[in-house]
Amino acid sequence: MWDYVKLIVLAAVAILAAIAANYAHDLPYMVNAIEVAIAATITFIYVLRHVGEDKTANPNEYQDGVIRAGVIATSFWGVVGFLVGVVIAFQLAFPSLNLGNWTDGIINFGRLRPLHTSAVIFAFGGNALIMSAFYVVQRTSAARLWGGNLGWFVFWGWQLMIVLAASSYILGGTEGKEYAETVWYIDIWIAVVWVAFLFVFVGTLVMRREPHIYVANWFYLSMIVTVAMLHIVNNAAIPISIFSSVSVPIYSGVQDAMVQWWYGHNAVGFFLTAGFLGMMYYFVPKQVERPVYSYKLSIIHFWALIFLYIWAGPHHLHYTALPDWASTLGMVFSIMLWMPSWGGMINGLMTLSGAWDKLRTDPVVRMMVIAIGFYGMSTFEGPVMSIKAVNSLSHYTDWTIGHVHSGALGWNGMITFSVLYFLTPRLWNRDGLYSLKLVSWHFWLATIGIVLYAASMWVSGIMEGLMWREVDANGFLVNAFVDTVAAKFPMYVVRGLGGAMYLSGALIMIYNLWMTVNAQPQRAAAYAGVPAE
Amino acid sequence: MAKPIKEDPKDKVGTTGHSWDGIEELNNPLPRWWVWVFYLCILYALGYAIAYPAWPLIHGATPGLLHASTRLDVEKDIKAFDEMNAPIKAKLVAADLTAIEGDASLKAYALDAGKSIFATNCAPCHGAGAAGVQGKGYPNLLDNDWLYGGAIDAIHTTVTHGVRNTVDPEARNVGIYMPAWSDKATGALADVATAKLTDEQVGQAVNYVLKISGQTADEAKATAGTQIFTDNCAACHNPDGKGNRDMGSPNLTDAIWLYGGDEATLTQTIKFGRGGVMPSWGYAPEGSKPRLTEDEIRAVAVYVHSLGGGE
Repeated sequence: MWDYVKLIVLAAVAILAAIAANYAHDLPYMVNAIEVAIAATITFIYVLRHVGEDKTANPNEYQDGVIRAGVIATSFWGVVGFLVGVVIAFQLAFPSLNLGNWTDGIINFGRLRPLHTSAVIFAFGGNALIMSAFYVVQRTSAARLWGGNLGWFVFWGWQLMIVLAASSYILGGTEGKEYAETVWYIDIWIAVVWVAFLFVFVGTLVMRREPHIYVANWFYLSMIVTVAMLHIVNNAAIPISIFSSVSVPIYSGVQDAMVQWWYGHNAVGFFLTAGFLGMMYYFVPKQVERPVYSYKLSIIHFWALIFLYIWAGPHHLHYTALPDWASTLGMVFSIMLWMPSWGGMINGLMTLSGAWDKLRTDPVVRMMVIAIGFYGMSTFEGPVMSIKAVNSLSHYTDWTIGHVHSGALGWNGMITFSVLYFLTPRLWNRDGLYSLKLVSWHFWLATIGIVLYAASMWVSGIMEGLMWREVDANGFLVNAFVDTVAAKFPMYVVRGLGGAMYLSGALIMIYNLWMTVNAQPQRAAAYAGVPAE
Repeated sequence: MAKPIKEDPKDKVGTTGHSWDGIEELNNPLPRWWVWVFYLCILYALGYAIAYPAWPLIHGATPGLLHASTRLDVEKDIKAFDEMNAPIKAKLVAADLTAIEGDASLKAYALDAGKSIFATNCAPCHGAGAAGVQGKGYPNLLDNDWLYGGAIDAIHTTVTHGVRNTVDPEARNVGIYMPAWSDKATGALADVATAKLTDEQVGQAVNYVLKISGQTADEAKATAGTQIFTDNCAACHNPDGKGNRDMGSPNLTDAIWLYGGDEATLTQTIKFGRGGVMPSWGYAPEGSKPRLTEDEIRAVAVYVHSLGGGE
């Protein structure tokens, strides 16, 4: 019965999407509608071929198929995102790489930049969060993922979102809000998939067989709930037509800017900080086989972090049309945020006490430790940059780009790589990783890459900040804008090289994971079952 | 596996007693330094919020004990500079154009201001170093080859009104272009051509120009091109090819080119014409302000004059 409802809905979606493609006002809308029609048709055929099959799963067995798919998707989108990042880094150094004459602007920096940020944050980071949340919540609740195949809906729904967003960006579809460029109908789809994610996660927690909820799950849950709220509020917009990708935001002026950076800052705070702390709280103690350092610290820093983070957004708008009082608010909350952020670092690092020797023997632990190190560094740098006097120098410069990447490459990237190294042998029942030596190679390539990236952006950011503000005795600016662009050229090349090293490290990881699945012997007597109560 | 630990913290502080998938939690207290730094940050935040504008009320917000305002700070800075420079600006506008460079204090100020104005407004086309963009029609201002004259008042006029723009009625060369001479060309630049030249004739004219600019040319073609040049080009570029500053027609006998002096570029130029544009910096339509004030135009003119040969 349920299968036939699905078939009717999918057929309707496919037909309506094809009709919408016909009436489309613009190219991104038309291409997206065709993609939706294709996706609905493929799903229709899949459902049709499996009508009436018995889909009841063993409730005493973890649902790991969707996590395996998540591991593959995370690795794939990671490489795509890093590659686009390397391309746009070199476009900034060598503008002729925009290839504007041949590609009609499709791979211009302006089109590829949101493709890069969305690919690394939402495709790579999002898949890593969804996949690891599914893994962690099942293990720490000793319960199968709730909702039958709803987990698979979340997975495929998220991949569809990525494809729709990517194709609309390069064809010019955008809402023009940083990290929220997706056009209105993709926003609606994100909300649907994200709420399904919430249901799966909370459903599993409710069904748990453990008396308490593990700390990692607090972080994951705060991430899921807050991101839903941020996404819906920031993307409130009215489409100009049901057949157009263009919409008008319901806020305007400085209110719009404030809502955008309330969203933007907390996308960093909850997506890239809280969510990934959830990862850290499970995978670090598992990999080093030591207890978490302090339960008290985890409670205090969790509540302090989520309470303080949500107010810090205005520091993105210092010295703008934003009123001074709001600026102050953003700054002081950022300063207070320093220690709550570091609580996670302390708990992560001190979990290694008694097992520091593993830094020498286990490159995966080394990766986790450097990730936590970069986390600590960027959560210190953030409050520093939020101070108005510092921000007056750092704002709009490459310093901001360097700060973001020391967090993104160092913290989010490295912790995700270590999780992928942790999960792959376990999910595919393989006897350990194919090569620890290659993990070491990955570690060093990525680390040196990040150092090149962050250092070059610090130098270039501080340099251009100083050049912009330099005035002579009569009050005239000393440098033309183009002077600052020319001066940054060597730093842009170094940054591109750093990115290329980071990308090559990720490619080594892909090879290593591939060989782990295909060349490593099966682990003996492996059974991924829920332990008896 | 981990080697045995001498002093397991588990024995010292104990755990909370929970275990999730084998993960336990130690009962360690909050690190003291962490707690104290957290308190200090909160204290700093409170202090800052008392000193600076912070607490939103129904109408506006608390101004803070220091009454700080980023907007007023900027206004104050701008006002201070304006007041400091007001006398010398007035003197610059009142002075005779040709006398500015003779007055040491005026010249020093004009060069300083002009450099900054140039960097902000002129550099996008003429380059940060004023060397123009070779081959794109943005003139090099460092040499002593001038389309409309390199004396201070000529530069002043060019900056004030611009070239061939559609806004300023006094812009230089309105309606005057290098026509598109090719019989295959169409459009506005072709309409102003007084003749249609075949590809062969264009080739002959190109070789004539190559010859008078001292480059290697096909002698036979150049000879054939002499008549074509006299009939069609000499009216603007002068019979000797040295150009005419009244209409900004370039000198074709030197090695300095706006778009390029090689055979391919010359062919392109003659076939399809040229007509570069420069904005008007001193013209203001009703109810608006000019892009540069008179003292700024004078300053940038002095600066540009100082770069070239100083005609």
